[in-house]
Order: sequence, then structure tokens, then C-alpha cells
Amino acid sequence: MITGLLTGLTPSLVLLQEHAASSGSLKVKMLIASIFVFVLAIFLGFELITKVPATLHTPLMSGSNAISGITIVGALICAQSETFGAWAPIIGSVAIIFAMINVVGGFMVTDRMLKMFRKH
Amino acid sequence: MFSYLLATLPGDAGAMASGLAEAASSHGHYPAWVTYTQDIAYLVAALLFAYGIKRLGSPRTARSGNGIAAIGMLIAIVVTLYTQEVMSFTWIIAAMVIGSAIGATFSIRVQMTGMPQMVGLFNGFGGIASILVVTSEYMRLAKADLLTTITPDQGLTMGLGILIGGVTFIGSLIAAGKLQGILPGRPMMWPMQLPLNVLGVALCLAGCVTLAINPALWWVVVGLWVISFILGITLLVPIGGADMPVGICLLNSYSGLAAAMTGFILPEPNKALMVSGALVGASGLILTYIMCKAMNRSLANVLFAGVGTDDSTGTAGRDAGGDKTVRSVDPEEMAMILEDSAKVVIVPGYGMAVAQAQYAVRDMFNKLEGKEIEVLFGIHPVAGRMPGHMNVLLAEVDIPYDKLLDLDQINAELETADLALVLGANDVVNPAARHDKGSPIYGMPIIDVDKARTCVVCKRSLAAGYAGVQNELFFMDNTLMLFGDAKKMITEVTAAIES
Repeated sequence: MITGLLTGLTPSLVLLQEHAASSGSLKVKMLIASIFVFVLAIFLGFELITKVPATLHTPLMSGSNAISGITIVGALICAQSETFGAWAPIIGSVAIIFAMINVVGGFMVTDRMLKMFRKH
Repeated sequence: MFSYLLATLPGDAGAMASGLAEAASSHGHYPAWVTYTQDIAYLVAALLFAYGIKRLGSPRTARSGNGIAAIGMLIAIVVTLYTQEVMSFTWIIAAMVIGSAIGATFSIRVQMTGMPQMVGLFNGFGGIASILVVTSEYMRLAKADLLTTITPDQGLTMGLGILIGGVTFIGSLIAAGKLQGILPGRPMMWPMQLPLNVLGVALCLAGCVTLAINPALWWVVVGLWVISFILGITLLVPIGGADMPVGICLLNSYSGLAAAMTGFILPEPNKALMVSGALVGASGLILTYIMCKAMNRSLANVLFAGVGTDDSTGTAGRDAGGDKTVRSVDPEEMAMILEDSAKVVIVPGYGMAVAQAQYAVRDMFNKLEGKEIEVLFGIHPVAGRMPGHMNVLLAEVDIPYDKLLDLDQINAELETADLALVLGANDVVNPAARHDKGSPIYGMPIIDVDKARTCVVCKRSLAAGYAGVQNELFFMDNTLMLFGDAKKMITEVTAAIES
């Protein structure tokens, strides 16, 4: 009987194991892909930013600061989680407010500064 | 540049394909194309950010570059709102409207001289947003009893996100407070400073590792909040006012890294966050490096050595130079010297910003240009309180940007200049940096105003510069002192120039 049970279970056990293994390696693969992108983006950043002239360093800072407001995407995703309970709207909304200040204020003030730069 | 972007594509596409199974399961009732659309939109956003920064490489294209990056952000926000499982739009829209209104108000009302503290403050807001995202994701998993499913890398990233975000938030508030003058600008030191800071960082890193091993320990998250906030204070308080450009650049970099960390921990790793965060992180690091190099100091020295005096632009008596003699001029004589010059180089410093003298400088510039006298501006990388601070102030008053030259360019021009006018700058024009091995600023690249035929220094007194050293420039044979407030003096000089 035990043999029968084992024989019956074996295929599903193997299937489970394979599933676990493949989902594990999938996660690792995705992590490596993420690190891949992250590291290359840092290189891209170095390449792009070394070409920005000193005269534009303040707008560069406020502009890149606005870009770091991309964390708004994370805030939006978190604010919308359904399995989160009563704190969700509060923490999420606070995160959204801060990130939006960063985004809107950053881009607007950068534009205000860049508008002033003119050639002779 | 595009070769880099293309290189990221195979990894990205691979992840998208392999991530399909997981994405589909987390978005049960959405068809696959929605997920793809979202990923592609994020890719487009990241590309627009990169392209926007590329266009920031020239003043001619910079404004459109900023606009392009803003469009990228709009795409990222809209696609996130559109494809997420929205429970209630009310809170979200309300929060977005409030945040936008505050941000817009700040950006319209800020004075150009107050730009360093505002950028600092915005850095901090990015930091706190990142910690809140990390914490709410942690709380979501805790609520759903899924804390044990956090992988070691996610646990580590969560810890790092809180650490970096916390330091960025509080550090930026301190930096902005110092720049605004709410907190004292001088560096504050206390015993055991460095060991205590190292201990704090070590504790935080240990917390990150603990989260990687056992993500269910919620008190570690609380502890990271507390210690990272304390570190934000203790790391920034020892940095003096004029070293704050380095602090702001570093915090700028941190705010990017914190955003990148949140990209790793979201239910679906978000590459838009990673790429943008990495771009900003790199940007801040490069600016930090440029600042340190321009002061010939190591980053560690700027952060921990507590260099600098109080933020004053000099109220000490005129006898600071001891028995050495200086020659001074009055505005009328100064106007005559200007009129006899064919080529004038103006070297502005923080003193110009403090005195709000940029409008007076503009009037003088216009009058001299009208007399066909060539006027150039020499801008040291660390002049002012953030990189490019002087350039923005001068752009505000319509000085053409092709008249603003950097260190190397202006030093080539100074050999043939008739007059160099130093306006509220001190250490960056001190010739001791070239030859006096005992000076704390030895080795720092300076603007060689002493090479001009005549050099006039407009300053309220002979007080020492920020680094606490007396400036031997004041006592040189071809140097004249124009004692007084920069704005008042320049206005008087301009009035004295015959039109």
C-alpha cells in the first residue's frame, strides 16, 4: 500500500520539486537581470553627466533630483495594495505627497532656471 | 551613449520574458499585454530620462532636455495609475494634487540665491518617500503573513533603502537648515565623533544583514529608521557651510540610490526605478568628485574633518593682516581703472550671493560692454553653496552664459587681462594654494587673479577666508582693496563710470 502511495505521489512530488527549483532560479535570474540593468545605468549616468558643463551643474542637480522622484511609482503601487489594511491610504498618501513635491517642484524649478540661460 | 542602452536590452527582454509567469500570477485578471505595455512604458520613461540628461549637456538644448525628462515622468505615473489594481482613486489623486501644489509653490517662490537649500530640501523629500515605500511594502507583506517569502536580497535591499533614505531625509533637512541660516553654519564637533558614526553605520549594515537572514524581525526595521535618522544628523552637522556643496551632492546621490533600492523590493522589480535611481546616483557622485577635486581634499576630509569657520563673510577688523600694508581704492578710482581697461575678469563668490549683488553686477557689465570693454566671469567650481550656484545667479540677471568661463578657461584669459575684480570670493583666489606647502589650502586649484595687470578685491574687511587662512593676495603689489558691501560698492562704481 505504501509503495502504491509512493508511486502515486512520486510524480507530483517531482513536479513540486521542479516547480520550486525553477521558480527559485527564475527569481535569481530576475535579480541578476535587475543588477545588470542597474550597473549599466550607473555607467550610462557617468557617461552622460561628465559631459554636462559646470555652468549647468545647478540645473543638473535639481533636474536629476526631480528624476529621483521616480519613487512616486513605488508610492503609487504601494498606496494601491489591497492587502494592506487601514494604514495603506495614510502611509501611501504621505509617500505620494513627498514624491510629488520632489517631481513637480524639481522639474518646474529646473525649467525656471534653464529659461534664464541665454547666449549673447 | 545608445550602445549602453542597447546593451541593457537583452537582460531586460530576458527578464520580461522569464518574468511573465510571475507577473501573470500577481496580476491575475489582467491579460499579458497589459504587463508588457507597462514594462515598455517604463522602458520608454527610462530612455527619456537618459535622453533628457544628455540634452542637459548644453545650455542650448537643456531646457528641452528637462521637458523630455518630465514627459518620461508623466508616462511612468500615468501607466502606473492605469495598470495597477486601483482600490480608491480619491486618496491617491488628493495626495498627488497636494504634493504638486506644494512643489509648484516652492519652485515659483524660491529665490535664486536660495536654490541650494531648496534642492537640499527636495532631496530630503525624495529620501522620505523612498523609506515610506519600503516600509509600506514591508507592512503589506507582514499583514498578508508573507514576511517569510522575502528573499535575502530583498531583505538586504529593504534595509539599505531605509538606511540611505533615512540619512538622505534628515541629512537634507540639516543641510537645508544650515544653508538657510536656521542652524549655525560652522561645523559642530564632539568627542568620539568618527568612531560613533562608524558604529552607527556598522549597526545599520548589521540590521540590513539581519533582515536578509530573518526578514520577520520587524523591530530591526524600526531600529533602522531610528539609527538612520540619527546618522543623518551626526553625518551632516560636522560639515561647514562652504563645504555644504559636497554634502548636497552626496545627498543628491543618496536620494537616487534610495529610489533605486525601492525598485528592487516592489512586488515586481521595477526597472524604471532602478535606472532612474542609478542615473541620479551617478550624477551626485560625479558632482561630489568634482567638488572634492576643486578643493584638493578627499571626501573623508570634507565629511569628517570639520573644516571651516562660521558662515560670516567677514566682520573682523581691518588689522587682520598684522603689519603688512594694503592699498585701497574708492569707487571713483575703481571706475577710472575700469575705464582704462580693455579686458576685465570678474570672479564672483558666495559674498556676491549674500550681498544680492548680481543685479548691480549686471548694470556694471552692461555699462562696460557699452564702452566696448570685454568683460568675462571666472567661476570656480566651489564658488557659492552648490555646484553652478554663481552661474545661475548670473544667468538670472541676463549675463550671457558664454561669458561665464570655468577654471581652466579663465586662467588662460587672465594672463592678458587688465583687471581682475574679485567679488566676495577668498580662498579660491589665494595664491598660497600654489606655493605655500604649509597652507591648509595648498594644492587647491585656484583662479590666478594675481596674474592680471591689476587686481581689485571687493570685500568688507581683511578677514580670513573660510579655511581660516589669511589671503596673501590682499598684500600683493598689484592688488587694490575696495572695502565695503559688494552691492553698495558695485552700484557706486557703476554710477561713477562715465556713460
